[in-house]
Amino acid sequence: MTHPIIDDVVGRFDDVAHEMSHGQDVAHVPRESWLAFATAARDAGFEVCVDVTAVDWLRARPERYQVVAGLLSMEHRTRLRMITTLDREDPVVDSLVPLYPGTNYAEREVYDMFGIVFEGHPDLTRILMPDDWEGFPLRKDFGVGGVPVQFKESHQVS
Amino acid sequence: MGDEKITEEVDIWVAGTEEPQFSPTDEGSQEIARDESDYRLREQRGSVVDDDYELDDGFGEDDERMILNMGPQHPSTHGVLRLQIELEGEVIRRTKPIIGYLHTGMEKTAEQLTFGQGPTNVTRMDYLAPFHNELAYSLAVERLLGIEVPPRAAVIRVLMTELNRVSSHLVALATNGMDIGALSIMTYGFREREFILDFFEKTTGLRMNHNYIRPGGVAADLAPGWKDDVGHLLTYLPPKIDDYDDMLRHNPIWESRTRGVGVVTAEEAIAYGITGPALRATGVDWDLRKAFPYSGIENYEFDVPTGTHGDTYDRYRVRIEEIHQSLRIVEQALELMPKGDFRVDDRKVTPPPRARIDESMEALIHHFKLFTEGFKVSAGETYVAVESPRGELGCYLVSDGEAKPYRMHVRAPSFNNLQALPIAMADSLMADTIATIASMDPVMGDVDR
Repeated sequence: MTHPIIDDVVGRFDDVAHEMSHGQDVAHVPRESWLAFATAARDAGFEVCVDVTAVDWLRARPERYQVVAGLLSMEHRTRLRMITTLDREDPVVDSLVPLYPGTNYAEREVYDMFGIVFEGHPDLTRILMPDDWEGFPLRKDFGVGGVPVQFKESHQVS
Repeated sequence: MGDEKITEEVDIWVAGTEEPQFSPTDEGSQEIARDESDYRLREQRGSVVDDDYELDDGFGEDDERMILNMGPQHPSTHGVLRLQIELEGEVIRRTKPIIGYLHTGMEKTAEQLTFGQGPTNVTRMDYLAPFHNELAYSLAVERLLGIEVPPRAAVIRVLMTELNRVSSHLVALATNGMDIGALSIMTYGFREREFILDFFEKTTGLRMNHNYIRPGGVAADLAPGWKDDVGHLLTYLPPKIDDYDDMLRHNPIWESRTRGVGVVTAEEAIAYGITGPALRATGVDWDLRKAFPYSGIENYEFDVPTGTHGDTYDRYRVRIEEIHQSLRIVEQALELMPKGDFRVDDRKVTPPPRARIDESMEALIHHFKLFTEGFKVSAGETYVAVESPRGELGCYLVSDGEAKPYRMHVRAPSFNNLQALPIAMADSLMADTIATIASMDPVMGDVDR
């Protein structure tokens, strides 16, 4: 049950594909149109960006990363999910912070966890991991349990 | 005034001695290790601070701005929240929350656990509202599986999550009171919460981290005598809540410490993605239970309380009113509770009953497979959100057709609401910081995950 404003916004972009995923509206947006589509969606009534996250497909898909942003329209009571794909060599996408200031932390988290760079973000630094952390933990090639444990040797009494 | 008179007042006389036994301590008296290097000494005294936050360019010699580091081990920051506050005199100019001290990589952990084990993981995120975490996760899995839970399971879920909202708001009320200095409300809030947790313990076996709501229904049926327990809560709690409301609402100290403190406007709240009581206190009538109902909550009668000013006082009022509305829903759930199964009759996700395992080899194998390999979920992605006591708690779940989620992301309400702190605290007094943080009710387990 797609809301008319979604049809309207998606119809304005030739390169955006609309899809239903388990009854939810998803717009597949190419990277170049990411900010333009978000701007159009905001002007059409999606006043909140609830969440920005990412998925790492590693070798399962030709384009490694997916950036997912959830838009919400309180006025029309509908949701729209924007998804874009990013290449493994160049994981850069426009930041939504100028449009939705609330995506600040979420984009920092995605950068922290996946190493995806948001161009135009005012303060793209690590948010959850320590500043000197190496690697991006939620990438699929970041192993589990391979982190050196602090004070592990302290129990060895010589 | 002469100096002699002042020293006479300050000196302390110990009973039974002629001479004053008090000598003022100087800073050097608490040195830990005299023979170590100067840097080591400063480190031990905690005066070495690595500021990753610098003053404005306009900072001059006569400028009185300073940076105050608050936390992460401050009792009033509700866990391990660290704030760097730029002060001009006693007025806060800028604030930067620094988080991540409780980050345990639960989203990564979720990729190592099967769909059936998932609730054990997510229930530890927002530890004050564990049922809402489990519910969001379970609803996401069920949406990918395409299954509907039986009516009794849905009503049990509503019953438990709404009671959980009451218990969570009671903690918010208690800690808010404690931070401002109303210590009695702290003991009352935690005491009443314990009655609700007793009921949770009786039903799920644990006070917190229940792992009770699971994909396909709930883990166990309600314990015998649950109607009396809930009925007792329903008669016991409302007058108590009214009492506490009366205690605080017209209290001049409470009012002056909360009214007009930590103001967030509706426009700011929407722009920054603030949800929950913090949003409703600004006057925006937005509740996911009304907008995108789940678990049949559209069948219950309740109101969405809103405030007008978006200050600490309104957030407190909204929470008090939400407690009453949640108890209304609980009352209806008590009457509505249908008979029948508490988990879906689908052998794919539901293990066979315990009695069957004793008599049937196939049931034993089935049970074993379900708990070792788990069940496979068809490939796809979905986002499901529920209204947690702190706001929109969403679960973004991606499956690639295996028995473990390919990616699980939780949209944490506290994480987003924390972005309102710099706005709410800008140009306010240092003394109001604690009241503002407390009224935003961040749970650090939810923020850092």
